[in-house]
Amino acid sequence: MNSATGASDPREEILIHLPALRAFAISLTRNPSQADDLVQDTIVKAWSNIDKFAVGTDLRAWLFTILRNTFFSDRRKKKREVADPDGLHAQTLFDKPHHDGRLAFADFTRAFYELSDEHREVLILVGANGYSCEEAAEMMGVAVGTVKSRTSRARNRLAQLLGMEPGEDVLAGDSGATLAVLSRSGTQAA
Amino acid sequence: MNNAPRKSSLQQQIDENLKRVYEETLKEEVPDRFVQLLEQLKAKEREK
Repeated sequence: MNSATGASDPREEILIHLPALRAFAISLTRNPSQADDLVQDTIVKAWSNIDKFAVGTDLRAWLFTILRNTFFSDRRKKKREVADPDGLHAQTLFDKPHHDGRLAFADFTRAFYELSDEHREVLILVGANGYSCEEAAEMMGVAVGTVKSRTSRARNRLAQLLGMEPGEDVLAGDSGATLAVLSRSGTQAA
Repeated sequence: MNNAPRKSSLQQQIDENLKRVYEETLKEEVPDRFVQLLEQLKAKEREK
């Protein structure tokens, strides 16, 4: 009885996006088991609402939208966290790492997870996935200007947590060394 | 004063590291439960 036969059903492609969905979910929840629950809810919602997906548009962006909406509405329901879009709360919890020009990846990861949910979200969408501010704005349901300012505040907060004040000369002094370490660690990951 | 290029290189470093944080989780294997869930949803639909 199913008329939607064949490869044109976008639901067949959900599988391909699961690793990305899961990575985004982990970035938001900071907890693998919560992340998996979030991915599960996203799959079920996407499956039953597939008629709302505009065929030919970015399926991953659509799935990301469902995932982040689910995450933030769950958070509102549970009220389990203090609203803190600028990560001020997080900053006080952070133990500033040594700064000797060698930025360890572990420090970066730790600093990233200390950011507020809103900051992690925008950095994963714009910084890591390379979505434009316009695309991210659509996914997040906010104005483009909000995405731009939030991205910039999130990057600054991250730099601050890592002991690199954006306005300071810290980086200029040993930027060569820092950059070298960063790009070397980048290639190691591959 | 002329910290614009410096800032953008800092931004670049941050983005490179962000990609790495993201890719680390991307590399993890997707749990079977999701593949099974998709199969179940598909099967349920066929019954209709």
